[in-house]
Amino acid sequence: MMAAIRTVQLSRNVFSKAVFGRNFSLSVPVSAQMTVRDALNSALDEEIDRDERVFLLGEEVAMYDGAYKISRGLWRKWGDKRIIDTPITEMGFAGIAVGAAMAGLRPVCEFMTFNFSMQAIDQVINSAAKTLYMSAGQVQVPIVFRGPNGAAAGVAAQHSQCFAAWYSHCPGLKVVSPYSAEDARGLLKSAIRDPNPVVVLENELMYGHSFEVSDGILSPDFLIPIGKAKVEREGSNITLVSHSKHVGICLDVAKELNEDGISCEVINLRSIRPLDFDTIKESVKKTHHLISVEGGWPQSGVGAEILACLSESDAFDYLDSPAVRLTGADVPMPYAATLEQTSLPQSHNIVGAVKRVLGIQ
Amino acid sequence: MASIRHFCRFARSLKPSYYSSKPIIQSTRTFSVTSWHRQLYEEEEKPQFPGAKSAGYMKKLEFIKPNQYDGIPTYRVLSRKGEILEADQDPNLDEDYVVRMYKAMTTMNTMDKILYESQRQGRISFYMTNFGEEGTHVGSAAALDGGDLVFGQYREAGVLMWRGFKLDQFMNQCYGNTLDVGKGRQMPVHYGSQELNFYTISSPLATQMPQASGAAYALKRAGKDLCVVCYFGDGAASEGDAHAALNFAATLDVPVIFFCRNNGYAISTPTHEQYRGDGIASRGHGYGIYSVRVDGNDVFAVYNATKAARNIAIKESRPVLIEAMTYRIGHHSTSDDSSAYRSVDEVHYWDKQDHPISRLRNYMMSQDWWDADKEKAWMVETRENVMQAFQKAEKSLKPSPTELFADVYDEMPKRLQQQHEEMKRHVEQYKEYYPSEIYEPFRS
Repeated sequence: MMAAIRTVQLSRNVFSKAVFGRNFSLSVPVSAQMTVRDALNSALDEEIDRDERVFLLGEEVAMYDGAYKISRGLWRKWGDKRIIDTPITEMGFAGIAVGAAMAGLRPVCEFMTFNFSMQAIDQVINSAAKTLYMSAGQVQVPIVFRGPNGAAAGVAAQHSQCFAAWYSHCPGLKVVSPYSAEDARGLLKSAIRDPNPVVVLENELMYGHSFEVSDGILSPDFLIPIGKAKVEREGSNITLVSHSKHVGICLDVAKELNEDGISCEVINLRSIRPLDFDTIKESVKKTHHLISVEGGWPQSGVGAEILACLSESDAFDYLDSPAVRLTGADVPMPYAATLEQTSLPQSHNIVGAVKRVLGIQ
Repeated sequence: MASIRHFCRFARSLKPSYYSSKPIIQSTRTFSVTSWHRQLYEEEEKPQFPGAKSAGYMKKLEFIKPNQYDGIPTYRVLSRKGEILEADQDPNLDEDYVVRMYKAMTTMNTMDKILYESQRQGRISFYMTNFGEEGTHVGSAAALDGGDLVFGQYREAGVLMWRGFKLDQFMNQCYGNTLDVGKGRQMPVHYGSQELNFYTISSPLATQMPQASGAAYALKRAGKDLCVVCYFGDGAASEGDAHAALNFAATLDVPVIFFCRNNGYAISTPTHEQYRGDGIASRGHGYGIYSVRVDGNDVFAVYNATKAARNIAIKESRPVLIEAMTYRIGHHSTSDDSSAYRSVDEVHYWDKQDHPISRLRNYMMSQDWWDADKEKAWMVETRENVMQAFQKAEKSLKPSPTELFADVYDEMPKRLQQQHEEMKRHVEQYKEYYPSEIYEPFRS
């Protein structure tokens, strides 16, 4: 759906891409295209270059370039010291990363998918997230846990779940969930430079998507502050708040509804924790309606948190109708393609919800 | 979980040429065509499989039996009477150093008795004694450099004491008062000191093991002549983390000493229910790392083994596994009553017949460095020191309520700052309901 309105240009070489962008920008600021994959790859490359302490470890990240090719070319460029293949034991290599961080390095720990991070969740939460507090500020754990999160395609129950709510539940962690190439670059770079443990939830289905990127975004100094949402599209009738892949679906819906005279404001959360509730609140005060959209499950989810914050805030009185959550279905992901599709919020679900909330037939 | 991985492996297998050119494979498997060629003409052909260091082919089927080899011997230097068994194994430590070792072991023993009692009296919530394992702590700590990084499990107070953690600091941690470097955040005995390179104890079992391998990787990269020392128990060795730690330390070639305190019990689980093999040291061979078993109640044997292991770890940049055999004389913790699973006679045997403290005392007496009078005077002095620290800690103020909000993130987020201000106002408004006088004040 979203691909239909975007020019999908698969770029396989981020380095030449970046050079390309600069060459063209000499006269007229023509934006380059960049895939989310290349955005992540270039962010890793630049941060490894910038800081001697940064290194990437995970299963097949070196010789194989990563299961999803996020680390393409990095091992050949940086060698065994900075790009490390690990044995298959998430708990083990997450622990190794935590120890390396405790001892002064800045590891980027790739989970082949976040589904496998459940094997390592004790290291992520009980060690990485809590050590600063438990050591009374003595031991910092500057670490990034990253990898694809949420439903992919046809990989069924155990490979199709969103960990945004799981990790954002825990104090001591920061959790970001990029949508675009801009988000991916800026958030990953900020995550690597952050002194706290940061969970970077990518989306496999977005890796190949291209986005327009300006020179500013391609700059090695480009950072996106963790804890700030982005208003992707301004609107006046209703606020759609989402993260990751579903931001794109919301933008498509906003465009479609605009033709019917409904003006949607679309907020891309970018960070799940800290949650930028101020941006949501200000938007609701303007639009008086809110729908949250996510791929994760409903109970105690990201949308549940947003709606709870809303009901506790002064913006609650600005609502003209109850706020609504659109979430993944409350079931383990079915394998059948049609069922899989209907288990996740789609355009028509959002369109229907918007009309219901606004009382439009 | 397997499906995606298998797909990836499959994809890899499609592209053999891509991998065959990678130097890393060639460097680890020196496979020379000429030597292989030569083998063809030799009568005794040798297997060339990349996954094994095979000595040859076997023409009759034979399994390796678990009892095929004799058990691993236990290295010791001192007899139970405190005599040096082989003169060339004497570490030749001078009187001051040995007396310092003895004083550390006995001070910890005294501290344990007092803190254990204080828990029974309800003064602190929890405690774990180190009874019987003093030799493993002090023997190993005395052989290390202060700059070596220690990743402990939870029963290594003697290591920290040797490094210079003061009695006051132990007491302050157990009381969680405002002087505790840990700000009262953790249960008692979860000590940590950045200054002394002792990472804060974490409760989940064996998580320190892969962390130690990671820290050793950081040391290797820094190119320092230091190593990591990772303490763990016979029970922790069964955790998956232990496997990852040992295997990865071996393949990364990092300077780390894995020091197993095999004290016979993992809470109530005896070692004969914990594993079927020959202890923990036997696993070293499987991981391709140096390993040794020592008598943990012989402080000199522990010292020699740790010193040699440190040399290997640093000079050759590789892991070493030490299994120190000892016995946990105390209960697992104050939450445990070990009389439910072991006999008083068994405990009594180790306490009276094979105690690391009495063995070292016998040695010191044989050298005329120690006698009954010195012992009596020292026991009075050390008890006095412990009691003073204990009383001071008990009287100290509790940490500032501001600490409730600090250190979760490097900088306190706005939401927490707001909560902090709110709490300050609240406590100020209702001060008659809060015992503010026993706390450090709020910080701004």
